[in-house]
Amino acid sequence: MTAVVEAPTSFEGERIPGRAGLRRAMAAEWTKLWSVRSTMWTLVATVVAVVGLCALGTGTVSSSEIIDDPTRRSLIGIFLGQLIFGVLGVLVMSAEYGTGTIRATLSAQPRRPVVLTAKVLVFGAVAVVVSEILSFSAFAVGQAILSAKHAVGSSAAAGHRAQQLGVKIPHNIQAFLSMGSASLGQPDVLRAVVGAGLYLVVLGLLALGLATIIRHTAGAISAFVGVVLVLPIIAQALPTSISNAVARYLPANIGLVMFSTHGLPDRIGPAFSPWAGFAILVLYAAVILGIGCWVLVRRDA
Amino acid sequence: MIEARGLSKRFGSVVAVDDLSFDVRPGTVTGFLGPNGSGKSTTMRMIMGLDLPASGSVTVLGRRYHDLPWPLREVGGLLEAKAIHPGRSARAHLLTLARSNAIARTRVDEVLELVGLSAVAGKRVGKFSLGMGQRLGIAAALLGDPGVLLFDEPVNGLDPEGIRWVRTLCKKLAGEGRTVFVSSHLMAEMALTADHLVVIGKGKLISETSVADFVARSSHQSVKVRTPAPHQLSDAVTNAGGTVIADPDGSMTVTGLSASEVGDLAASIGVSLHELTPVASLEDAFMELTDEAVEFRGGS
Repeated sequence: MTAVVEAPTSFEGERIPGRAGLRRAMAAEWTKLWSVRSTMWTLVATVVAVVGLCALGTGTVSSSEIIDDPTRRSLIGIFLGQLIFGVLGVLVMSAEYGTGTIRATLSAQPRRPVVLTAKVLVFGAVAVVVSEILSFSAFAVGQAILSAKHAVGSSAAAGHRAQQLGVKIPHNIQAFLSMGSASLGQPDVLRAVVGAGLYLVVLGLLALGLATIIRHTAGAISAFVGVVLVLPIIAQALPTSISNAVARYLPANIGLVMFSTHGLPDRIGPAFSPWAGFAILVLYAAVILGIGCWVLVRRDA
Repeated sequence: MIEARGLSKRFGSVVAVDDLSFDVRPGTVTGFLGPNGSGKSTTMRMIMGLDLPASGSVTVLGRRYHDLPWPLREVGGLLEAKAIHPGRSARAHLLTLARSNAIARTRVDEVLELVGLSAVAGKRVGKFSLGMGQRLGIAAALLGDPGVLLFDEPVNGLDPEGIRWVRTLCKKLAGEGRTVFVSSHLMAEMALTADHLVVIGKGKLISETSVADFVARSSHQSVKVRTPAPHQLSDAVTNAGGTVIADPDGSMTVTGLSASEVGDLAASIGVSLHELTPVASLEDAFMELTDEAVEFRGGS
């Protein structure tokens, strides 16, 4: 009697055309983003904090106070929002390293630039929607409060407005013109409100890039805080000649220009125009993300 | 099919994997055996394209992992238990992976059922035990119904029932013609699960062999002997250079002599034998093989 030993046949799985690409990676990132509770909580907290700060900033204006730029006044909460967007951007990448999920992610999509691109696009898209909701609601709430208080605008504000309209107003009359609140129809106001949101998006992406390089949550958040909060302090401590040359390149100052309509604080010195500043900011984020991609490809996961 | 050729990996000045070449074939369970720190996990990470080799190459189904069109449909890997965001549910974790490789949503529930996690599918992974984490890792590996499976220390943290389940699963997967590569630092576990072995120590290949050959080649064999005249045989064995240990059940275990030598010895002194069984100690065989290649050793 002979035993027939059957050679095991090699397993054939289901064959499907194409390959796992960016669209699939984005679908996975989308699922990833919304399947942890912290994402929704953080976004809701951001809206509450930023709009709350705006209400505080405008609500404490006394009726005799002179407001230089009502638009900026209502958007001042953006500086708080940038920290939360920074943390969110950091977590998009650092949470993967902190928990080890990065190994599963890169097993599913071994082409690492595809993974990073998917994260940038998905987080960027969510950030645009949330940040614009944020800046428009902060603006609306802020202006409602200011107009209810019949706040008084500065002569500079009135002068600026008159200049934009091409109207010559005698200097002594300017002081009596109330520019205490702004509306979206006024020149530069829509640009400032949209710009405030875009500023948050680019900073969030910058943070994502920093986290791709640094990989640790705490380290990446520290680096981000260093860039947006500590650099301006250092710049101010420098002699005016140097400070004036440097200040306009700082992300926080570019942001301030982006959500102001006029009358910038002196410490910025000669500033870039809002859109030129925005382009510089985008360049920063692109360079940091580029370096992040480069190290992501070269390092062990 | 996994083919490693001259695979090397260095971490600073430490050589983790040193010129490693081996094949893992479909249709059998191949055990990847080595002491802790011998480079098993690093090798597995290199197979999956997570760590980049300093030199050499490794291919899966003839391609680098990086070039697989649908990685999860070709290769399933369990590398670390619970390397998952603790705030995500088991189902969401698998869904994320499924979407990245165009795997049907229904397959997620299928693999959860297969590993016995259906009841906790919606629970956050942070609340999982190590054993549940291992099961989820195995579910993730099986998600794309891949032809190649890599399991790094899959029985860690599992209870005896779970260990037996993994063993059966590995054999079943291999029986379906898949390539199954399972690492362990426990020889006994490998002997029960694997048909073939790739044995490494200090990152170097020590042996690539079948489990049966590995056991047969071991010089640390002992012989279980049962005789009506234990004292006579015991003296003869000792005189011949063997060592005798009396076992509680009345038999004795002889080391230092082969089974045939003991049989011949008994015949020469006219003692009859009721039992003569060669017993291989797998742990000893493994120890002997890797003795020169253990990275960390406690003081003796």
